[in-house]
Amino acid sequence: MSVRVAIVQFPGTNCELDVAHVCAGLGAQPEIVFHRETSLAGADAVVLPGGFAHGDYLRAGAIARFSPVMDAVTAFARAGGPVLGICNGFQVLCEAGLLPGALMRNAGLRFVCATVRVRVDSTRSVLTAAAEPGSVLALPVNHFEGCYTCDDRTLARLRDTERVVLRYLENPNGSLDDIAGVCNEDGNVVGVMPHPERAGDPLLGSDDGLVLLRSLCAGVVGGERSGAAVAAGR
Amino acid sequence: MGASGTGTDRHRFAVRVEVTPRAGIRDPEGAAIERALASLGYPDVTGVHVGKLITLSVGATDPEEARHRVDEMCRRLLANPVIEDYRIEVPGEVATERVP
Repeated sequence: MSVRVAIVQFPGTNCELDVAHVCAGLGAQPEIVFHRETSLAGADAVVLPGGFAHGDYLRAGAIARFSPVMDAVTAFARAGGPVLGICNGFQVLCEAGLLPGALMRNAGLRFVCATVRVRVDSTRSVLTAAAEPGSVLALPVNHFEGCYTCDDRTLARLRDTERVVLRYLENPNGSLDDIAGVCNEDGNVVGVMPHPERAGDPLLGSDDGLVLLRSLCAGVVGGERSGAAVAAGR
Repeated sequence: MGASGTGTDRHRFAVRVEVTPRAGIRDPEGAAIERALASLGYPDVTGVHVGKLITLSVGATDPEEARHRVDEMCRRLLANPVIEDYRIEVPGEVATERVP
């Protein structure tokens, strides 16, 4: 049975087809879900892809958070369903309160567009479960507001509970503690600034993103990888 | 959400909301402007910060209600409490309308 991955499209989202392409290549069944939908139509996993949802007006992700589909995404996440936010999707998840912290303008006001090296620092998330702990991946970043920040207590909690899933080896944006991605307490909601879908083919310079997206899909199929999904009776 | 009086005088309030980076939060834009000012010959300028000004015309029965509702809007949408502070100004009534 193939895994159904709902890929949410807000006005201004621009990475949905890349995510769909890579998910399809991994044997999943991608489905683009417009932001006005109020149901995820039985999806097994949800991806909020990159782009500029609602033009990033006010703050990146601030308006997208109130799109009709977000109620369904929140309910799905709270029930333990795997949810991945990539880049702008990470910003949306933070604004929606599904992940802690916020993403601010890059240090030095520099838009970064480069392939960077990140280390898998925790495998307790649906995105990194199948990755080798400590392994280094080459993934593209492409953002102006990727400087992760949170208060000291939140940072301590993230560290203590191994919820920093990816860290930059060379910090490109001033993120606190070199954080490139975090997950929620149950590990089923993950946000990352790098784009795993843009590292999906050696032809594009790297296929290091495949292990992450494969992990997302495997977590759905196996169930064992996602403790939360099991707990929620999925 | 929020109270909307009926059968009472409704007024419109020209509310201003200032959203600024939270104290202690890095503000690269403010820092860049500070450096530019220094290079223009204003080396004694410090504490430059850039925020947003949001203006709203809010219908309410009195200034307190207007402030209360805008405060709620700030917490829910206009500001992100993780990285931003906000300040609300309710200067006074702009117009009165009679709600039937």
